[in-house]
Amino acid sequence: MSIENNILVKLNEVGFQQNKKWLVKGVSLQVERGKIVTLIGPNGSGKSTTAKIALGIYKNIEGQVEKFTNNIGYVPQKISIDWTLPLRVKDFMLLTDNLKDDSLDEALTLTGVKHLKDKNLGNLSGGEFQRVLLARAISKKPELLVLDEPVQGVDFTGEIALYELIKKISEKLNCGILLISHDLHTVMTATDHVVCLNGHVCCSGSPKDVARNNEYKALFGEQASQTLSVYEHKHDHEHSNDGEIKKN
Amino acid sequence: MFDDFFIRALIAGIGIAFVTGPLGCFVVWRRLSYFGDTLAHSALLGVTIAYTLEFNIAVSIFITSSIIALILVKLEKKTNLPGDALLGLLAHSSLAVGLVAIGFLTFIRFDIMGLLFGDILAVTTDDLLTIWIGGALILLVLRFIWKPLFASTVNYELAEAEGLNPDRAKAIFTILMAAIIAISIKMVGLLLITGMLIIPTAMARNLSDNPQKMVIFSIIGGLLSVFIGLFSSLEFNTPSGPSIVAAALVLFILSLFKIKQTIQLKN
Repeated sequence: MSIENNILVKLNEVGFQQNKKWLVKGVSLQVERGKIVTLIGPNGSGKSTTAKIALGIYKNIEGQVEKFTNNIGYVPQKISIDWTLPLRVKDFMLLTDNLKDDSLDEALTLTGVKHLKDKNLGNLSGGEFQRVLLARAISKKPELLVLDEPVQGVDFTGEIALYELIKKISEKLNCGILLISHDLHTVMTATDHVVCLNGHVCCSGSPKDVARNNEYKALFGEQASQTLSVYEHKHDHEHSNDGEIKKN
Repeated sequence: MFDDFFIRALIAGIGIAFVTGPLGCFVVWRRLSYFGDTLAHSALLGVTIAYTLEFNIAVSIFITSSIIALILVKLEKKTNLPGDALLGLLAHSSLAVGLVAIGFLTFIRFDIMGLLFGDILAVTTDDLLTIWIGGALILLVLRFIWKPLFASTVNYELAEAEGLNPDRAKAIFTILMAAIIAISIKMVGLLLITGMLIIPTAMARNLSDNPQKMVIFSIIGGLLSVFIGLFSSLEFNTPSGPSIVAAALVLFILSLFKIKQTIQLKN
């Protein structure tokens, strides 16, 4: 089934409710090998929830999730390491997989934190920790990477470098990436497909298409839309009633 | 040189320390010390059932504690009470029911102090077999679930997302907790088993910078506590459980000096 079109994970009309409140509903999307799919949306729009549904962390869901790989790397949005557990970077790298030292070094070098290998996880700065999280997720050479705000707390130059790295990883490993980002700039540069969430899929398509979508503009404002479509000449199209784009 | 009973107690204690070391680490990491206490308190009920039905004590405790653990899981889902209140409810009510049941069993003479605080005189050759075979089984199973259990201790969602089945590991770990209580009750006593689980581990935390080291130091701490505790129990005629736990406390206090040194070195 999966081989024919390289689909790694497919969500079909999924929804999840907690305390009788729907966090997301009716979300359909798919991640293919070698493609980057980005979820954007305001706070509380269900981006992380959607990722967790795709990963199988939430179990009592509506709709179907079809997963065609078990080799998954995940960078969660929030992770706190308890101080009662002494954990070095290299112990953390081996958390879910028994990897060779070379693979650890390679991944840590890619994210620029090899020098922290023997350091205690509790002593890292936010940005350093984020780089370690990313290194851990890529070290096992996953088929599917799920990255929930992977560069939070990383300095600006580092952020660009890491997004370039993510792009490079998707090409090199030919893995599919589900990326969650609040950073609209990055959506433009690194993504094949954007899904804009607001409890439901409010619009989706290529970054350019989404930027011109009216619902998207209503959510993020005209300025955000301009940021995204900055390379585009303005007024080269019109919208039909349902937000569909008509080229002039 | 030593009496047979003392040699038996020593062999039993060594066996227990090997198991409480690694299990204790997970109790500390997962913040389960009160959970361990609850299971241990319910062991008294297991003992009375064993006497009434003339059943193997360790097996009876194991079954009772496992049932209490199951009830706890159900209650957590069905009520709005916080976890610690439920633990307190189960711990003290099962202890109370156990003591009331003992009151009814007038035809049997109970050594309640021995049950609560451990009694080295009570360790038989059969108990040694229970401890060593049971202990080996516990360690074997723990070895098997180590990866998912450890990963989910660090972060549940990571473990679940990357396909390690943390729920199963957690359920098996609960059974292992009931098992260690069942095999160590005669030596340490039901009020002090949690102490044996967490105090050597707390000492180990002060001395280690990685999880493997912490497990090893925790075992060493447990072994030292057993040796020192049992010898002083023999020397001063004190109950074995409190002597072992008090020895563990002394080791913990000594380990605090090591932290002080490291902090000074850092500054």
